[in-house]
Amino acid sequence: MFGDYSIGDLGSIFVMQGFAGLILFSVYVLMALGLAIIFGQMGVINMAHGEFMILGAYVTWMTSNFSQSYLPSLFGGYFFLAMILAFIASGALGMLVEWVLIRHLYKRPLDTLLATWGLSLMLQQAYRSVFGAREVGVELPQWMLGSLHVTDSIEVPINGVFVMCLTVLITVGVAYVLYMSRWGRQVRAVVQNRIMAGAVGINTEKVDRYTFGLGCGIAGIAGSAFTMIGSTGPTSGQLYIVDTFLVVVFGGAASLLGTIASAFSISQTQSTLEFFMSGSMAKVLTLLAVVGILMLRPQGLFALKVRK
Amino acid sequence: MIINSRFFNRSELMGFIVLAAVLFVILPLTLDVFRLNLVAKYLTYAFVALGLVLCWGYGGILSLGQGVFFGLGGYCMAMFLKLEASSVENTKIQSTPGIPDFMDWNQITSLPLFWQPFHSLTFTILAIILVPGLFALIIGTAMFKRRVGGTYFAIITQAVAAILTILIVGQQGYTGGINGMTDLRTLKGWDIRPDHAKIILYFVEVVLLFACIGIAQFIRLTKLGRILVAMREQEDRVRFSGYSVANFKIFAFCMAAVFAAIGGAMFALNVGFMSPSFVGIVPSIEMVIYTAVGGRMSIFGAIWGAILVNFAKTSLSESFPQLWLFGLGALFIAVVLAFPNGLSGLWADYVQPRIDRLFASRKSKSGWNDNSVADGAPAE
Repeated sequence: MFGDYSIGDLGSIFVMQGFAGLILFSVYVLMALGLAIIFGQMGVINMAHGEFMILGAYVTWMTSNFSQSYLPSLFGGYFFLAMILAFIASGALGMLVEWVLIRHLYKRPLDTLLATWGLSLMLQQAYRSVFGAREVGVELPQWMLGSLHVTDSIEVPINGVFVMCLTVLITVGVAYVLYMSRWGRQVRAVVQNRIMAGAVGINTEKVDRYTFGLGCGIAGIAGSAFTMIGSTGPTSGQLYIVDTFLVVVFGGAASLLGTIASAFSISQTQSTLEFFMSGSMAKVLTLLAVVGILMLRPQGLFALKVRK
Repeated sequence: MIINSRFFNRSELMGFIVLAAVLFVILPLTLDVFRLNLVAKYLTYAFVALGLVLCWGYGGILSLGQGVFFGLGGYCMAMFLKLEASSVENTKIQSTPGIPDFMDWNQITSLPLFWQPFHSLTFTILAIILVPGLFALIIGTAMFKRRVGGTYFAIITQAVAAILTILIVGQQGYTGGINGMTDLRTLKGWDIRPDHAKIILYFVEVVLLFACIGIAQFIRLTKLGRILVAMREQEDRVRFSGYSVANFKIFAFCMAAVFAAIGGAMFALNVGFMSPSFVGIVPSIEMVIYTAVGGRMSIFGAIWGAILVNFAKTSLSESFPQLWLFGLGALFIAVVLAFPNGLSGLWADYVQPRIDRLFASRKSKSGWNDNSVADGAPAE
């Protein structure tokens, strides 16, 4: 299979394939970060996570159309505005959902799964009624098109680089908020021991609501970033939800570092395998490996030791 | 009437009689063949729901991968039927006669090895039970022996459903791909497509369903059923009492898988095709929905759940396609938030006491003192 390529070509192919894996990695991390907060920290199985993501994607699409028609001079920078709007929209919806639905179900984690699945069905139908069943794609500003020439045979697409930078920024931001800020300390305290956290004066209900909102907001940003790579339809969210859950579970539910490590290993495995076989078989093998490893090591890659 | 039968208490006996009357007499007499065939399709999900009552309602194990077992059972049946439909005479025009049409389209020139045994009906029937059963045994052993449960188990079974769907869709030449196995015609030379065959298949299915109800009820009443409930409520205490919790969980999971597989096989027979759209994540969760709506603790409730939700799905999506998903989603949220025991819980709380009172007042008039109401199994 390698006979037709020279050593240099092979090297370039692996670099390109590795880079494709890095873009996939960024998308996985963005999607999984929000879920790592909601599922890993709060223990809520949010099956509607994909739909929060798609909300962000639709907000981006609307912002893009709006700036194209009314503010063409600012079109180059609409994306940053869109991300902020996506964060606010998804976060606000998340807080509303937490208040209406999730807060009644903290003691029944399996039931959150069922209830949020119902929510995801309703959101999908809402998207279909409002935006139509067809997939939509945003128009990228000029500076994001094209690719960077690294060498003669290696090219990297600019939008991919942008998504990667964005991922790094958001990951650092989330890590800072969770591990350095006062509010992050409160979140972790509530996760570890809800009753004691309440006893020392933390408003656990408020912390829950904002944590859920933050997780959903990050999903919104992920959806926003996603529009630069693929198109968005009402049911796109459902396609990614299992992958995202596997990333979080594989990494060890309560560990941010684990989420990043597992997103990296899953995406690199998949994109490397894709070079050797069809995309669907690559995906099957990757998922099988993940499930197999999870059966051997149920706590995931990085297990946080917490007294239960 | 056997009121003091130990197998069913009185309310269960009533549920049994009502269900039997509706399925054996009322529906076949009132519905045309097309609608009866639809009911047969809904009832295939009732098998899955029955399994979920044992595994989820009683054992507390939520499996989001029942579509996998439904699909395995269905595909085993469909492979047999497909082989019979692709005899050499029927497939003369293909470049390789005697193999299923989708293999011919995918440039496969001989029947793959794992298809060979499906020429035999005996093997097929065994495979319908054993393949999903063994598969569940492997998953269950790997998971429960390591004390993985709850949400993790749900997510991993869901991943298995995703994997199997991608595999079936990807391996088009061996499985028929996204279209599935269509154009199934005969079972041992007996045409399954005309109306009278559909009626016979319906009755076969209902008889099988009642057999499965009997098995489930038997498991419920034995010590095994009690241990399952105990395990759901206080797993550690059961473990400390010396029971092997993992083995009981594996058993419940395997039973659920086998029931689902029987449903899948009946689906292939009644509906006449099998495709990956009944295997994946969405159908698997829908199967859980039927059980939840009907009542996860009640055998008859879950069966009614499967019938009613599917009936609502068909009629609502025919007339208001926009509203259907809203309705289903809202129904689901309502079930989880407001009545976790589903329809059967509502029945037990509001309807059953009235009926009991009616009976009690009649009996006191006739002077017959009946104690069987008090010592019946408590409503969960």
